[in-house]
Amino acid sequence: MQVRLLFFAVLRDIAGTDERQLAVADGTTARDVWQSLRREYAKLTDYSQPPMIAINESYAAPETILRDGDELAFIPPVAGG
Amino acid sequence: MAYLTDDPIDPRALVASVMRDSDGAYVLFEGVVRNHHEGKAVESIFYDAYRPMAEKEMDAIVRELGARYPQCALAVVHRLGRLFVGDSSIAIVASSPHRAEAFEACRMMIDRIKETVPIWKKERGPDGEEWLGWQGNGRQGRC
Repeated sequence: MQVRLLFFAVLRDIAGTDERQLAVADGTTARDVWQSLRREYAKLTDYSQPPMIAINESYAAPETILRDGDELAFIPPVAGG
Repeated sequence: MAYLTDDPIDPRALVASVMRDSDGAYVLFEGVVRNHHEGKAVESIFYDAYRPMAEKEMDAIVRELGARYPQCALAVVHRLGRLFVGDSSIAIVASSPHRAEAFEACRMMIDRIKETVPIWKKERGPDGEEWLGWQGNGRQGRC
């Protein structure tokens, strides 16, 4: 199945793109995707715990199992205001 | 009312959007780009957001505080893009028949927005640019 992965702020700079389509296996969690990004991008190696996670524009737990078509975003520490 | 804008903030329009004849006070908060952060010079800040989610989160905070302070009328606007020293990045207004609730609600609104709304800032100074909050050194933004 496919999920849409969005990158913001420092993560966009690290990934070099705004978004990617990602093919994932059934049962994949948001945390699993984070661990795969850590293997892909050297700058994320130190971050074993994912930042905040949003699925379909709402905060979600890292253990959340992804569904086909989900929009997944890792949310670096926010700094609005 | 809670929204994002790419244009300069008009605080008077925000105030006008909430004021009722029964209100005896409003508190207006504006967050402003300053020329320094933790000892470093700042020339400008680029604000980025997960736009649809940020607007949803701001709207949820307005509704949550509206329930907590039922006498208040509340509104918030956050500006995105490149802002320079002296520019307002956020304006919050709380109006109420009496001042105490308006002060409280306004203060709580800015605190809550800083906790959960997916907005980020990249500071630019003479030494270069840096995203706040997550460079592995735990720095967090503060206004």
